[in-house]
Amino acid sequence: MAIECLVLGAGQEVGKSCAVVTINGKRIMFDCGMHMGYLDHRRFPDFSLISKSSDFNTAIDCIVITHFHLDHVGALPYFTEVCGYSGPIYMTYPTKALSPLMLEDYRKVMVDRRGEQELFSNDDIMKCMKKVIAVDLKQTVQVDKDLQIRAYYAGHVLGAAMFYAKVGDAAMVYTGDYNMTPDRHLGAAQIDRLQLDLLITESTYATTVRDSKYAREREFLKAVHKCVADGGKVLIPTFALGRAQELCILLDNYWERMNLKVPIYFSAGLTIQANMYYKMLISWTNQRVKETYATHNAFDFKNVRSFDRSLINAPGPCVLFATPGMISGGFSLEVFKLWAPSEMNLVTLPGYCLAGTIGHKLTTGKPTKIDLDKDIQISVRCQIHQLSFSPHTDAKGIMDLVKFLSPKHVILVHGEKPKMASLKGKIESDLGIQCYYPANNDTVCIPSTCWLKADASKAFFRSSLNPNFKFVKTISEDKSNLVSKETEATSVLQVHDERVAEGILIVERSKKAKVVHQNELLLMIGKDKHDVQFAYCCPVQIGNLERTKGMDFALSKNVVSTSDECSWLHLLFAKLSTKLGGNIQDFGQHLQVDSIHISICLKDICPYRTTNGPQKESAVFFCCTWSVADVNLAWEIISIMENLDLSII
Amino acid sequence: MKFTCLSKGGNFYFPPCHIITVSGFRILLDCPLDLSSLMIFSPIPTHAFSTPELPTPDSVDPKRQKHERPIDSNELIRAQPWFKTVTSLHLWNVPFIDVVLISSPMGMLGLPFFSRVNGFRAKIYVTEVTARIGQLMMEDLVLMNREFRQFYGCEESGLPQWMNWEKLDLLPSLFREIVLGEDGAELGGWMPLYSADDVKGCMQKVHTLKYAQEVCYNGTLIIEAVSSGLEIGTCNWTINGPKRNIACLSSSIFNSSHAMNFDYHALQGNDLIIYSDLSSPVLEDVKDNSYYSAPTSQNSSTLSADNDQEASAELLLSTSESLEEMEKLNFICSCIIDSVKAGGSVLIPIGRLGIILQLLELISLSLEASSLKVPIFIISSVAEELLAFTNIIPEWLCKQRQEKLFSGEPFFAHAQLIKEKKLHVFPAVHSPNLLKIWQEPCIVFSPHWSLRLGPVVHLLRRWRGDENSLLIMEEGVDAGLALLPFKPMAMKVLQCSFLSGIKLQKVQPLLKILQPKFVLFPEDLRQLVSYSDTNSPAFFYYCENETLRVPSLKNSSELEIAADSVSLIHCRRLTEESLGIGRLKGEFSVTHGKHQLRSGSEQADSSQSRPPLLHWGSLDLERLLAVLEKMGIRGSVEQGNSNTDSENAGVVHVYEPNKALIEVRENSTIISASNESLSSLIFEAVDGILSGL
Repeated sequence: MAIECLVLGAGQEVGKSCAVVTINGKRIMFDCGMHMGYLDHRRFPDFSLISKSSDFNTAIDCIVITHFHLDHVGALPYFTEVCGYSGPIYMTYPTKALSPLMLEDYRKVMVDRRGEQELFSNDDIMKCMKKVIAVDLKQTVQVDKDLQIRAYYAGHVLGAAMFYAKVGDAAMVYTGDYNMTPDRHLGAAQIDRLQLDLLITESTYATTVRDSKYAREREFLKAVHKCVADGGKVLIPTFALGRAQELCILLDNYWERMNLKVPIYFSAGLTIQANMYYKMLISWTNQRVKETYATHNAFDFKNVRSFDRSLINAPGPCVLFATPGMISGGFSLEVFKLWAPSEMNLVTLPGYCLAGTIGHKLTTGKPTKIDLDKDIQISVRCQIHQLSFSPHTDAKGIMDLVKFLSPKHVILVHGEKPKMASLKGKIESDLGIQCYYPANNDTVCIPSTCWLKADASKAFFRSSLNPNFKFVKTISEDKSNLVSKETEATSVLQVHDERVAEGILIVERSKKAKVVHQNELLLMIGKDKHDVQFAYCCPVQIGNLERTKGMDFALSKNVVSTSDECSWLHLLFAKLSTKLGGNIQDFGQHLQVDSIHISICLKDICPYRTTNGPQKESAVFFCCTWSVADVNLAWEIISIMENLDLSII
Repeated sequence: MKFTCLSKGGNFYFPPCHIITVSGFRILLDCPLDLSSLMIFSPIPTHAFSTPELPTPDSVDPKRQKHERPIDSNELIRAQPWFKTVTSLHLWNVPFIDVVLISSPMGMLGLPFFSRVNGFRAKIYVTEVTARIGQLMMEDLVLMNREFRQFYGCEESGLPQWMNWEKLDLLPSLFREIVLGEDGAELGGWMPLYSADDVKGCMQKVHTLKYAQEVCYNGTLIIEAVSSGLEIGTCNWTINGPKRNIACLSSSIFNSSHAMNFDYHALQGNDLIIYSDLSSPVLEDVKDNSYYSAPTSQNSSTLSADNDQEASAELLLSTSESLEEMEKLNFICSCIIDSVKAGGSVLIPIGRLGIILQLLELISLSLEASSLKVPIFIISSVAEELLAFTNIIPEWLCKQRQEKLFSGEPFFAHAQLIKEKKLHVFPAVHSPNLLKIWQEPCIVFSPHWSLRLGPVVHLLRRWRGDENSLLIMEEGVDAGLALLPFKPMAMKVLQCSFLSGIKLQKVQPLLKILQPKFVLFPEDLRQLVSYSDTNSPAFFYYCENETLRVPSLKNSSELEIAADSVSLIHCRRLTEESLGIGRLKGEFSVTHGKHQLRSGSEQADSSQSRPPLLHWGSLDLERLLAVLEKMGIRGSVEQGNSNTDSENAGVVHVYEPNKALIEVRENSTIISASNESLSSLIFEAVDGILSGL
């Protein structure tokens, strides 16, 4: 069995995440994103690679969307409404609630502002979202008889999830974007320890290790506070969801703490509406925010009001969150034009800015003038503050997750090629896990686990679960203990419990395989057992005994009484146990080590006495029997016994 | 598997309680409290000192009390109330319980009594929402009970006075039955209420789950909660063990208008169904409500037991039930409007969250429609939190409410009502702001439905004489007893019943869809659900405090073998039977309910060369000699004479290269050689002739 992963997007790049994975015949599409950097056919994944006949409903069993960012969900309405996919689509509740806002916002910007031909209509978005099945975290969803998926908390943005998928014995996780450290409003990614064949993980920050965010937060607050204290206006161009709420929690708390009365405004109705969603979905935030729901919902911002266009030129300080981010157009640009010329004002740019946007120009150089188009030029005299908050995990986080899950294979997506290469090397050398980072439209094939299923008997389970204790006495000298001059050898009894499951596999044609305990086998196949035993009558020297005074019990050698018998056996026991350790047992009439059985042989002619050893007068004979399992140990004991002199105590 | 029903419960507020043993683990299903028994206590007296407890003429002669006669309100026990737990549960050794599964907030109320026991170590599994609501309900109970403590002072140690046998003997027979049960055994189940700390301690031991979240207990049992539709967050449990899959079916509602629907598909494919939905109205005595002049009993009853044999899955999902429920709510609403129009206030002490939320929406709509400006109050210490909570849990609500999330509206209207100052939420009747805005007539939701605890007691005293006022009670509560301390009552009483489980006519179609092999079914419902189908599951009928043993279906369990890595040695094909056998060795583990065998440590390699340990077949001496000869071993055969051994032993004396002896019997062979190498050579020869593994 194998898992096949076709990377349609985010292979060695960031943007249009889309991976189609085939596990044991089931095909899942993870994410269906669009690339924000392209305006031609490259903006969507090349869906034709999935099915030449464009029959996507038979080609794909389900689509899983990890979060509402456009590079993960942007192509979904196109795929369902234009390409005609109508199978199941899964996403978390917040993603289902917030994706249409993102999509509609994007569509509006494309069509209304840039005047492009629309790729999908508002109607398409609504129809598409109707097909979505919302899932809760950790809820096991049975997509069909064989395919199971489950979402795990991923941090990153509200509702972001990693998805686990399992078909038969093969299982995998697709992380989407995730964050291993909690932020102001979200928790850290969280997943169970799973048995995985494959982990597909993002690698945006494949080589960066980030410091704590608190220093940057403080810096941001200081800059904002200074600006408003001096009577300036702060413009924070941001997208409606995610960053806006995080910064708002930060500012709202700070305002409360510092008892500031300067108004904080939200620009479009969109963001106010977004806050409404955040309020209802507060259980998807982090623990600290979640606990506030009853008394004061953290997204019920106390100091935040909605902005009116007439307030742009109103005197006095204020803070304004305006869409879209990156100052790529729209309202944030409109405000920027008016506020940028004053050096009292501040523009804070949170997050990444695409090349070509004003945000990008502001952060890359220190321009004093920006050409909007041929005719309009804005002079920039305001302060610029860049905030590098990122809701992605860093290299350490990726390594931690890979190590925690210990999958058999790792595929890196959503990152830059050279950084991915270095991370791949690190994963392979540090963790010994095979790692790949395919380019777009490449396929990676990996083997998957396969379990043979068999019916096992009770006796087998019982024997497998039985403790198998081994006691080993080890003599260790405590070297570290320099204080005590006596080099006292401490004897440590070590107890080992190495349970070994042993059974017999029976395979019969056209029947389920069976596993039984070896004692059950013969009954099952209807055969009689044939015991194969070894025997050896071993002489042990007592030659010097006559000369030993006080040892008169053996004087009359020809009349060996029972008590003598026992005495010899005890003597042998004492000797053997010093040589063999604690494994030998004395049962009175015989000694035993595993299957080896040693008893005094009183016969004059024992059939197992094959050696022409010492005379009977100077030796006691011990009959030993054993079975094949203990052959080596038995011969070891015999060689000890043959070299032994029982009279020497 | 063993099953014991500890209590079949009473109503919505007192769900059944069972204990089952699966794969050696003891699992407790729910841990409720019988709060209806609170009614034998007197609510906090208003004029406690002005009405001393005078002996009524009747109580002088205890014998006369045995006769049936209306109970006087003076006979209510005037003491700090104790609470009645499931008595039989006390007979179990608490530390021996491994798992506790809670299906509803009501099934959780008795838990702190047990979780505080020294040695309690069970894992408690509860859905996230049930845990939260259950905790709020318990905290509310503790707070309401505090009022009594303040009134009666600290409790004396030992048993309270009313529990003395002499005093118990004096109680009216109805009370005695409530206190003692039928055979007097239930006295042991009474306990003073737990403390807030006990509740906190209990909640710390709780493991919360989402719907359909798999959790693995001890590597063996996979436990999952699936929605039951009864209330927000309530669930049915499935337990997957190595030998069988069990579904615990508690009271469930197919079509809920607030909570997520009963997910019966998730119960499909289980071998055994423990049917413990005892909510069926047939069980309850149909109370004669005429005394309370409830004008509505016919409208609000759910007694429609026409047993439709032809019912199918469509029947299960038919919306008639929810429509009927809606109709009931609308009727209640119209009664409320009538009351307030007449200048009377309305008191609603119903304890069902879903009903409260829906009534709030309906009432506010009706008030608006009839342009009445009547304030709605919710007076409860936990109401504020509870209401806020219901608006942040879309994942647990019914489809229609979830749709509101996607269109960006709040799931329930109450947040808006509060904002518009149509709804006021206060923790207690004496809250300072409450007095400021209090106006009558008004509509008040307030606990507790037993009419013994909480703000409802004060309000009922206030309005009981007002014939325009209305009290809305639930059926199934002994109204006569509940209203006893408030008599005489001029206030109107509306008693109504709400759907609180699977209707009887749906049982059969449901089981047909679920296709279990066994069903554990309450004896009480035996007559009511006849199962005549040929391929029907095997039914076991249970009664309280009887242990049932359910036979096992299979003897063997499945073992998963890592095909690529486990060492398989001495593979042999038994030609005559087209049977392949081989010795299997690996590391055995039980994880996530699966038995798995994977490659062990290094020792696997060393065992490859190990000789077979088990032999069968017989050894032919001539053949043995021939094989030995090929190895360069010579010997002679001596057929044993049977006078010494009962078995005919043949002996091979080996003289070259060294002395050795092989003793061959029908079922055994003994090899005795003078040295190790010869011995192993001979074994090789023997092994070659016999079949071995």
